Amino acid sequence: MQIYLPIAEMTVNVLLILGMGSVIGFLSGLFGVGGGFMMTPLLIFIGVPPAVAVGTQANQLVAASVSGVLAHSRRGNVDFRIGVVMIAGSTVGTVLGVWVFGILQRMGQIDLVISLSYVITLGIIGGLMLVESVRTIFRTRRGTTPRHKLHRHTWAHGLPFKMRYPRSRLYISALLPLSVGFLGGLMVAIMGIGGGFFLVPAMIYLLGMPASVVAGTSLFQVIFATGIATFLQATQNQTVDVVLALLLLAGGVIGAQFGSKAAEKLRGEQARAMLAVIVLTVCANLFYELVSQPDDLYEITITERGI
Amino acid sequence: MMAGLARWIGLIAVAMVITVSSPARALVADLSEHLIAITTGFTGDEVVLFGAVEEPGDVVVVVRGPTETIMVRRKERFLGIWVNRASARFERAPSYYAVAASRPLEEIASPPILDRHDIGLENLDLRPVDWESMDDDEIVSFRDSLIRRKQFAGTYGIEIEPVSFLGSRLFRTRLAFPDNVPTGQYLVSVFLLSDGNVTAAQTTPLSVRKVGVGAEIFLFAHGSPALYGILAILVAITAGWLASLPFRRP
Repeated sequence: MQIYLPIAEMTVNVLLILGMGSVIGFLSGLFGVGGGFMMTPLLIFIGVPPAVAVGTQANQLVAASVSGVLAHSRRGNVDFRIGVVMIAGSTVGTVLGVWVFGILQRMGQIDLVISLSYVITLGIIGGLMLVESVRTIFRTRRGTTPRHKLHRHTWAHGLPFKMRYPRSRLYISALLPLSVGFLGGLMVAIMGIGGGFFLVPAMIYLLGMPASVVAGTSLFQVIFATGIATFLQATQNQTVDVVLALLLLAGGVIGAQFGSKAAEKLRGEQARAMLAVIVLTVCANLFYELVSQPDDLYEITITERGI
Repeated sequence: MMAGLARWIGLIAVAMVITVSSPARALVADLSEHLIAITTGFTGDEVVLFGAVEEPGDVVVVVRGPTETIMVRRKERFLGIWVNRASARFERAPSYYAVAASRPLEEIASPPILDRHDIGLENLDLRPVDWESMDDDEIVSFRDSLIRRKQFAGTYGIEIEPVSFLGSRLFRTRLAFPDNVPTGQYLVSVFLLSDGNVTAAQTTPLSVRKVGVGAEIFLFAHGSPALYGILAILVAITAGWLASLPFRRP
């Protein structure tokens, strides 16, 4: 069954898109990340123009995050207070990111910057996640889990504007969730992803939030970041294809529900190790494309269209 | 199958009527349709061009889409990675271009004649905006790359399609358009050549338009982008909420 996408201006197979949506949706529900970092390269691979892939992906992530947050908030796993502080940061990041996106696009360097930021962030986060989770897996096997201190004092606790977050049992500077949100917002705008794979570890290790509330809170924040990105992409570049977004989210939201069910049966460190392998695979793939000689050194972009 | 056959008989009948009723014109041609409607299930379309000539000769058909501005960029290796460096801007390039001919072009006419009428990709008038400051090799490589990338995308024809004659006076050709055909007003030019010279020419318009829901969405997205953006978000929120309902615990 074929369907014509009015904004992407191409015909795609409905079942292919639904299938892609549900597989990525399942993985995103399983790991508590949006899955954008897998979906955006996939969409470009099947021929969707990169700008449309990024814009549409933002729209699709709104739906996936809403359904994810609802599932998590029913279990009380969302810290709305820290989420709101992060949203303030991510709003600034998203607006700034879309502005930079436009400049890079005019310079013809946006594809390179997208690829580079993928390689760098995926590489660092995937690597760290793999090391940490493998270490935990071995420790639990040996049964020598070191006792965690209830509270460790670091430089971060010396920062001003401290706020209390009862749900996460934290008393930290508002600057921390603000800057985590800011970086997440930049990622939404420039990489067309929710940034969950960055937010989740950042919230655990940088903010020290309990793992149980991290996925839900990150998704809550992502709703707003992707919502703003959708609006900016739609108004500035007209690159949001609602037909494509609806197909992706039809598969995605259902996949995500099954994924978050499956997540309950999976140990945290196992899930993180699997996610790390996926992240590093995508990273290696993109890195290879950057360094290997392209089939055609030339590329064309249509900058203005006639009638 | 029967419908196709009936259409054929109809076309031939029309072509015959045209030949009989207008003996004064050296060339008459028309399209089976003047509108390519891009609907929700659009997977490309085919239009039949048919016509008649008064005197025997060669027929060449050139299909041109509306013009567009194209940036061509070349990658170079920089610190181990491939980066866009040099670029050239082409204004007024056809968004779509295809040629059909009754014989290979080089047998039909000399390069100056083909060049004058923009027949064939190598004779297409394509020059970068600042061609005066570029050396010839650069111009040629950017121009060739533009054509190669457009052919790769399917919007410039790769081969010269055949124009076939039914007898010595009736001719027809099929113009196939891909699913990513650019929208807008097309011009289909039909040339009659004899002894290497154009003796008659006729131009027929062809419109490529989105119709139905797809057209509505496209117009909405470009006409009121802010409202479109807000609605896209609301649709996504609703869809996310609806999808979570069946999984709600009692």
